[in-house]
Amino acid sequence: MFPIVAAQELAKDIKRLTLFAPRIARRHQPGQFVIVRVHEHGERIPLTIADSDRESGHITIIVQTAGKTTALLNMLEPGDCLLDVVGPLGKPSEIERYGNAVVIGGGVGTAIAYPTARALHAADNHVTAIVGARTRDLLILESEMRAATDELLVMTDDGSYGEKGFVTDALRRLMAERRLDYVLAIGPVPMMKAVAEVTRPQAIHTFVSLNAIMVDGTGMCGGCRVSVNEGSQFACVDGPEFDAHRVDFDVLSRRNRQYRSLEAESMAAFHADPTPDLELMRAAGQLTREIGPHPARMRSVAR
Amino acid sequence: MNKPVNPNNPLTLKERMQLDRQPMPECPAAERAHSFTEVNQGYDPQLANCEAMRCLSCAKPTCVVGCPVGVKVKDFIDLILAGDYLGAAAKIREDNVLPAITGRVCPQEDQCEGGCVVGRKKESIGIGNLERFVADYEQRTGAVGLPERAPRTGKRVAIIGSGPAGLSCAGDLVQRGHEVRVFEALHELGGVLAYGIPEFRLPRAVLHQELRNLEAMGVEFETNVVVGRTVTIDDLLGNEGYHAIFVATGAGLPQFMKIPGEDLNGVYSANEFLTRVNLMRAYRHPDYDQPVYDCRDQEVAVVGGGNTALDAARTALRMGARTVNLIYRRSAAEMPARKEEVRHAVDEGIHIMHLTNPVAYLGDERVRSVRAVKMALGEPDESGRRRPMPVEGSEFEVPASIVIVAVGTTANPLVQATTPGLATTKRNYIVADPKTLRTSREGVFAGGDIVTGGATVILAMGAGRKAAQSVHEWLTTGVWQMDPPAQITSTPAV
Repeated sequence: MFPIVAAQELAKDIKRLTLFAPRIARRHQPGQFVIVRVHEHGERIPLTIADSDRESGHITIIVQTAGKTTALLNMLEPGDCLLDVVGPLGKPSEIERYGNAVVIGGGVGTAIAYPTARALHAADNHVTAIVGARTRDLLILESEMRAATDELLVMTDDGSYGEKGFVTDALRRLMAERRLDYVLAIGPVPMMKAVAEVTRPQAIHTFVSLNAIMVDGTGMCGGCRVSVNEGSQFACVDGPEFDAHRVDFDVLSRRNRQYRSLEAESMAAFHADPTPDLELMRAAGQLTREIGPHPARMRSVAR
Repeated sequence: MNKPVNPNNPLTLKERMQLDRQPMPECPAAERAHSFTEVNQGYDPQLANCEAMRCLSCAKPTCVVGCPVGVKVKDFIDLILAGDYLGAAAKIREDNVLPAITGRVCPQEDQCEGGCVVGRKKESIGIGNLERFVADYEQRTGAVGLPERAPRTGKRVAIIGSGPAGLSCAGDLVQRGHEVRVFEALHELGGVLAYGIPEFRLPRAVLHQELRNLEAMGVEFETNVVVGRTVTIDDLLGNEGYHAIFVATGAGLPQFMKIPGEDLNGVYSANEFLTRVNLMRAYRHPDYDQPVYDCRDQEVAVVGGGNTALDAARTALRMGARTVNLIYRRSAAEMPARKEEVRHAVDEGIHIMHLTNPVAYLGDERVRSVRAVKMALGEPDESGRRRPMPVEGSEFEVPASIVIVAVGTTANPLVQATTPGLATTKRNYIVADPKTLRTSREGVFAGGDIVTGGATVILAMGAGRKAAQSVHEWLTTGVWQMDPPAQITSTPAV
């Protein structure tokens, strides 16, 4: 079992969980992820490793409520345990001295982009981070990202903080100002697709980290297959980072919709009554404290 | 020829030859086609005794030769006749650490039973059924017949992968007194026994009991470790202090046919479909969280003719599919699946379309049908089987909202790619000496599907036994030589 050693709410329905997983901490490189199974009846879901520390054996994941499993993860506190955590999985980001690098994080994608941004900065790149969120309250890791990069541009859809507009607006402005050598975009599929279209005419080296549906995460099922260069690649072992100009984002969106109705069904059942899951965890010794159903938070959770 | 030759068997050889094989009791097809209950129900002691009495106790038993792990068939059948079922179990476990499993899933007709002398005149002895009876008897009574363990040697062996090859090697090595730890990438142990073979052929309780037996023998397990990512072979041989390693990672990478529409929603690899159902219990969604497309009242197509294709087809049927079409490009005679499984599948209502091959999957968001072409058999190919050739102008469509592709698997490259100096073939299988299973890296052995490509459970177990023998020799002599030295074809480092 994998104990949670720290938990911090970063924004509404977004939590940073620090886990004790020494084997994973020892080998983690930026761009890699873990597969998590919360309890005995749980599904396996991929989550990017946002940070790690070899000394303490800690890894950090950032979880945004998007469905049942993430909602359950967001209810957990220090002292609770996850049943299974496996990793680090996937290929690490290709860190080189590119020159002018831009790292774009949309929503919780900021957390995924953060370790790579830091590594690029450490590799002597001039790193500009563009972080976008729908609204100010959903912005995460601003200070961490600022500390790890040369400049930070904040965009909100509603203009409640930073500048009003999309991350692509900021990217276009940068491209007009200077030559860019590398772009990494991580966030919702439409955002990554839009970034790819912006950099394509100038053929700027652009990477995206694909959030395909995964089961095992080790290449044995092909559930995460994505269409790259008109061929099939497995995001869990060949990626998750790919050349953005070669990815078919429409296939990715379509495949990511596969279980929408079943996911909604799971979420509705959990929303109505989370106690069976909590009892399952308690019986397995994964919960050591009293925990109520958090009615207020549960109501706020919606797909 | 007229006197009883075995004190435990009152019958003469002539009388034994007159007995018919005891059929395996089966759950009726109509009942089992809609549940995950085990199809074969197993012998009771009386049936087992009747069957055991048919054995001729040959002086030179050819059944043993046919068994890839060399189970002492005559000896354990003799112990059954003596009523010593636990003794029979311990006798089997000297050579085979998973009798409850091999008794169920081995293609015995091609192995032990294929060599049985009785089989020349009548049906061969039900060796698999007897092996299974002995192992199930233990499970029912709660007693276990475990072989003795040699004094501890202080040597440590890491086994990569908890499938049949890894488990068999682990069992043999602890018996020889070594310290053995098995590393598994998934959260459950067993490899294909856990994620691939369905409950109706191998109940989970049977697998779990065999795993507990191995634990009782002293084997240690660690799940959630992906060797090549979580830890490397060099870490294990270095920091972690292992003296030898057996790589048994299998051939788990699913192959696709690279035809149009394979990325449509509803098109699965058999590995994904079976993993969702068997390992993740998706058929019990939403009580279990992992989803899988609802098969109820759907038309399902399965592509392939091996045991995996049949397992997937029969699973889809049990999940409520209205029709299941199995699309296979050769004819019935070439099907690699076990005859018994094919018979069970047909009895349950699976429709097999022989000499048919998919050319595309059609649909918009979700797959709607398979475009297939009729095939005719031409000249024999390299495998000796007649090559199927498409019949021009014979294209037609098979309706399907779920397609499961079971056309084979290949090597997962993770261990090879992160182990400098480990020789591999062009297709990424590990190169190992066929006699000793030694690889190009000192102290590293490899066997099972990761060396041979996809084969059977029992062949993988045979490789595990061979590896155990060879690892033991290496640990006791410390001499490592390869003749001829393996050709190193790839040494990528990550």
